[in-house]
Amino acid sequence: MNKLRSTITYLVLTIFGLTMVIPFIWMLSTALMTQSEFNKQETLFIPKEEYHVWNHDGQQDRILLVMEKEETSIIHVLGEELDIVSEYQQVPSSEIELIRKKPSFHFANFVKAFKKVPFALYFYNTLYVSFFSLIGVLITGLLAAYAFARMEFKGRDFLFYLFLSMMMVPQPIYMISSYVLLDKLNWLDTYNALIIPWTANIFTIFLFRQHFKSLPKELFDAASIDGCSVFGMLWRIVIPLSKPVIATASIFSLISSWNSFMWPLVMINRPELRVLQVGLSYFNQEASTQTTLLMAASTFSIIPILILFFFAQKQIIASYAKTGMKE
Amino acid sequence: MKTKWKISPYLYLLPALVIVTAFRLVPIVMSFILSFYEWSIQGTGKFIGLANYAAMFKDPVFWQSMGNTFWLVIIQVPASIVFSLFFAVLLNKIKYLKSLFRIVYFMPFVTSLVAVSIVWKLIFNEQTGLMNTFLGYVGISPQGWLSESRGIFLMMFQDMGITLNLPRFFHGPSQALFGIIIMTVWKGLGYNTIIYLAGLQNISKVYYEAAEIDGASKRRQFWNITVPLISPTTFYVLIMTTIVSFQTFAQIYLMTDKGGPLNTTKLIVYYIYEKGFDLLEMGYASAIALTLFVLILALTIFQRRMEKHVNY
Repeated sequence: MNKLRSTITYLVLTIFGLTMVIPFIWMLSTALMTQSEFNKQETLFIPKEEYHVWNHDGQQDRILLVMEKEETSIIHVLGEELDIVSEYQQVPSSEIELIRKKPSFHFANFVKAFKKVPFALYFYNTLYVSFFSLIGVLITGLLAAYAFARMEFKGRDFLFYLFLSMMMVPQPIYMISSYVLLDKLNWLDTYNALIIPWTANIFTIFLFRQHFKSLPKELFDAASIDGCSVFGMLWRIVIPLSKPVIATASIFSLISSWNSFMWPLVMINRPELRVLQVGLSYFNQEASTQTTLLMAASTFSIIPILILFFFAQKQIIASYAKTGMKE
Repeated sequence: MKTKWKISPYLYLLPALVIVTAFRLVPIVMSFILSFYEWSIQGTGKFIGLANYAAMFKDPVFWQSMGNTFWLVIIQVPASIVFSLFFAVLLNKIKYLKSLFRIVYFMPFVTSLVAVSIVWKLIFNEQTGLMNTFLGYVGISPQGWLSESRGIFLMMFQDMGITLNLPRFFHGPSQALFGIIIMTVWKGLGYNTIIYLAGLQNISKVYYEAAEIDGASKRRQFWNITVPLISPTTFYVLIMTTIVSFQTFAQIYLMTDKGGPLNTTKLIVYYIYEKGFDLLEMGYASAIALTLFVLILALTIFQRRMEKHVNY
């Protein structure tokens, strides 16, 4: 590949790479602006701050400039909370100074957003639901895949294809009937509605089965001669040899329950059971004018997944890449 | 040993079977049944036969949602395929920074649709949004985006001074919906690119070497080697992206005002949600859901058939 070609390739990749990250950078920088700065629309990415101060008697006060003249100016003096403590003072113009700060990060938005929205509770709910769904998915998946992959029984292929065909049915199709069903079970507005239906994942079963089938038969024959029980083989041989695929399934399960939105939106009404995504969507409706707080909240909500992603990016990307492979 | 294996398989299968039956199979069958009932959440339903379906075919909003969904799928799926194959080919060529680019392209995919929708809603804001700021840099006047209900084809022709006298459907997706398409392609690009990249790495270098010897240009190599040999991946991306596009919901819920302006972003799944959970016409909503299911199923089967025809 010649030099020009290679340069163009990198250039194109960089430009489009920027479009991939700019929304995130903008989210973060908006989260660090004051609302008035955002409304002014002068700043694109790096938050800055401009304000006047009044230097007098060896101290410095934040002020609001009402009228500036050659000799004396009229000002409001501001207090700690930027509230007006003294109105219409006349002071010499020479004592007034314009302060420019760039960058100036307004981290207080995060604190304010956290005070406005019970994020700790939403995080807790999300973690709780994600954790128990994950446990369920792994247990049901390992057991079922073990049966499908290594046992012979009547109706095995039928059941397997039934499972596979149900995997293809999109969630919105059975959303309404699930709601009716959960209502009949009296599970609406409980953790059960968020966890139990998601404790078995057909794709995970499929993934595990593929892997279990690839394990050499000799291992099982040897274990059987040594008197190892069927369950013992799963516990002592299959699981220790399946750590990568278990990790993959766990990543899929965690990311999908963390990001799950429509299901919890529909099934949960009580504010104290809201998961993060639903809580965020309510905040989106309430705080449409408080852009900076909304962005701070959104930043919050994606940080845990991004941390997980950056630490395990190799594994995560490789796992997703495998979903497109034909056996 | 043999006898033990007879019962125990079912025991191993039991937990998954119970959950899948109770929360997949039963609801799927139930939604079929519900679609023949007049059903709201209080009380029991009333059997009304095919009345829901009859009402659906006469419902202009249903047809509009179908039309909107059609435009979304028909633009989003090819756009996703073209862009992701393009980036995968580029990524496959480079030596350095490969993993950095992969991370960058994949980032939108792992972040939640809710957060991303909230950000893009602001990006598309007419006055304060980033999109119009950037368009301003290249001399394009501010666009209405999520508040613009005119179709994009109509707008294009209007810019050229031509008035389109066609039914609304042929005006194309509204600019609002087009904005949502842009955002959704952006969100899913990383996943498709990674899938393509894995596919490209499976193509043997031998073909390219042979083509090189025969003096085939890079462009010919792309069209005559890469495109045919990557076609199984293309079909996977095609089928998956189609299924996912039909289910678009969160973007509409978060970025638009109930599928507005003028219902031009009301997609079929959003309409199901609205009918089922806002207006509590659950039987009617189930009828729409079932119709959608049949549509997706038919499309998937059609795409699979096509795949068998062109597979190399």
